[in-house]
Amino acid sequence: MTTKTEPVNGTAPVRRVRSGTGGGRERLVQWTFVLPMVVFLLLFFCYPVLRNLTMSFQEWTVASFYEGGSPFVGLDNYVGLLTDPIFGTAVLNTVLFTVGSLAPQFAIGLGLAVFFQRRFPLSGVLRGLLLLPWLLPLVVSGAVFRWIYDEGFGVLNQLLLGLHLISDPVPWLSSTRYALLSAIIANVWVGVPFNLVILHSGLQAVPGSLYEAAALDGAGPWQRFRHITLPLLRPVIAIVLMLGLIYTLKVFDMIMILTGGGPANASETLTTWSFALSFEEFDFGQGAAVGNILIVIALVFALFYLRSIRDTFQSRGGRG
Amino acid sequence: MSTTQRVTNTIVGVVLVLVFLAPVYWMINVSLQSSEALLRTPPVWFPFEPTWSGYAEALRTQGSHLLTSLVIALGTVLFTLLVSAPAAYALARFRLRGTLALVLVVLLVQMVPGIVMANSLYPVFSQLGLLDSYAGMILADSTLTVPFAVLILRTFMSGVPGELIEAARVDGCGQWRTFGSVVLPVCRNALITAGLFSFLFAWADFLFAVSFTTGNTIQPITVGIYRFVGNQTTNWNGVMATAVLASIPAAFLLLTAQRYVAAGITGGGVKE
Repeated sequence: MTTKTEPVNGTAPVRRVRSGTGGGRERLVQWTFVLPMVVFLLLFFCYPVLRNLTMSFQEWTVASFYEGGSPFVGLDNYVGLLTDPIFGTAVLNTVLFTVGSLAPQFAIGLGLAVFFQRRFPLSGVLRGLLLLPWLLPLVVSGAVFRWIYDEGFGVLNQLLLGLHLISDPVPWLSSTRYALLSAIIANVWVGVPFNLVILHSGLQAVPGSLYEAAALDGAGPWQRFRHITLPLLRPVIAIVLMLGLIYTLKVFDMIMILTGGGPANASETLTTWSFALSFEEFDFGQGAAVGNILIVIALVFALFYLRSIRDTFQSRGGRG
Repeated sequence: MSTTQRVTNTIVGVVLVLVFLAPVYWMINVSLQSSEALLRTPPVWFPFEPTWSGYAEALRTQGSHLLTSLVIALGTVLFTLLVSAPAAYALARFRLRGTLALVLVVLLVQMVPGIVMANSLYPVFSQLGLLDSYAGMILADSTLTVPFAVLILRTFMSGVPGELIEAARVDGCGQWRTFGSVVLPVCRNALITAGLFSFLFAWADFLFAVSFTTGNTIQPITVGIYRFVGNQTTNWNGVMATAVLASIPAAFLLLTAQRYVAAGITGGGVKE
């Protein structure tokens, strides 16, 4: 930050001097730093979001690309969605997938974070290794799980059969009953490290003296967790769940490579459905409409997210 | 904590990691088996007789896709740093009107679902001839990396000592000169972090890759794996060998840049 050294004259607004924006020319130079990003945001975020909105009111087909015609059809795309039987399935699957992924990955992540809070040899290295699933490309994890889930030769069925937990191989990916569950399990595996890292760094901020005091007062491990860890961790928990939710809503790669949304739409979520409408059925208008529904849902949770980090923002003077 | 307790904790920790990383082990194990060995029951638990035929096939059929992804990811890193580093500096250091609002916008745009971008950019890319092109993929992947990089670089850059910058200014450096010769060198680690993550995001991108390439001209490795899985009948060792090769950037990041990873996850907020 530049600090003005020249004397403040009586008429200059104090705020400007304190904020150090300098003269007009200086401020122009400063704006050149932000300009490329602003242009990028306008071209690659504002424009696409607006374009997606207008596309959702148009009939966009393959012909639109070749002949350029994309007639305005009002709310037809949205009406089409609501009357489509897949709509209900996709919404339900999105909710099941999101909640079904979030709850276990948060619980496992928290458990691991609490465990790795203890100091013991190799704890840092081991905690680091647990990050691997998060760092792998989702398509890679998806491919691995696809083979693990294979009905005939996949290791999961062979293991369960060997342990006599099941009597027949389970068609993990090819039955409508298990497809979504299989995708959820794989997605939980990917999501645990993210929860672990953020919750672990949150735990580091809990003062150890609190635990010592509680232990002196005779509080057991569960009581200490319940009355110290959880309350102090609440802001971090809110952020983890919110980000997890926004991220899980738009999971695409994992479902696509495991089941492609099938069988019979059993694992179709709003995201995969939007993709199928646009890029498989070439109905970009309807695909855009589903996308807009997703934006609205994401925005609602984004506002919650912004509210939960607002305090961090303000206390750090906007330098979060 | 007593020694026994510490040792017990280590053992429990090792077991937890082994269980949790079992899928990664299985990927490596399968990649080293012959196609016949994969059809045995019970499965072959350890690669006692490793064969490299899976890797040979992976390189033969997917080698060019690995290269494609490398070019796209490196291009994305370059473009991302060029756009984000100055912006992050401005957002961290200059008290310009509206910068706080801009930070909020950067946070918010990360929440736009990728499918929306794919859907609305497709017609534009089609018109501009950006489908099936490196430039198109780099620009599309940058929508994942620019907001992320701006946010983590800004956090680091607000920690640069003000005296350093003032000294440069007093010596007569302009803002850009100060930025280039003082701020950037000091922020080397932050640039590495942002760069590594940008690489990884672009490398792992599947949605844009599958939307904006037809496979006739260029095909990123994620699409390569997707189509490989779709087409294959028996050569899962080849698929898994490709998966192992595609995991190299992640493994590299984990082994060499461990300390940046946590910073990246907590600093950037969202993974796409």
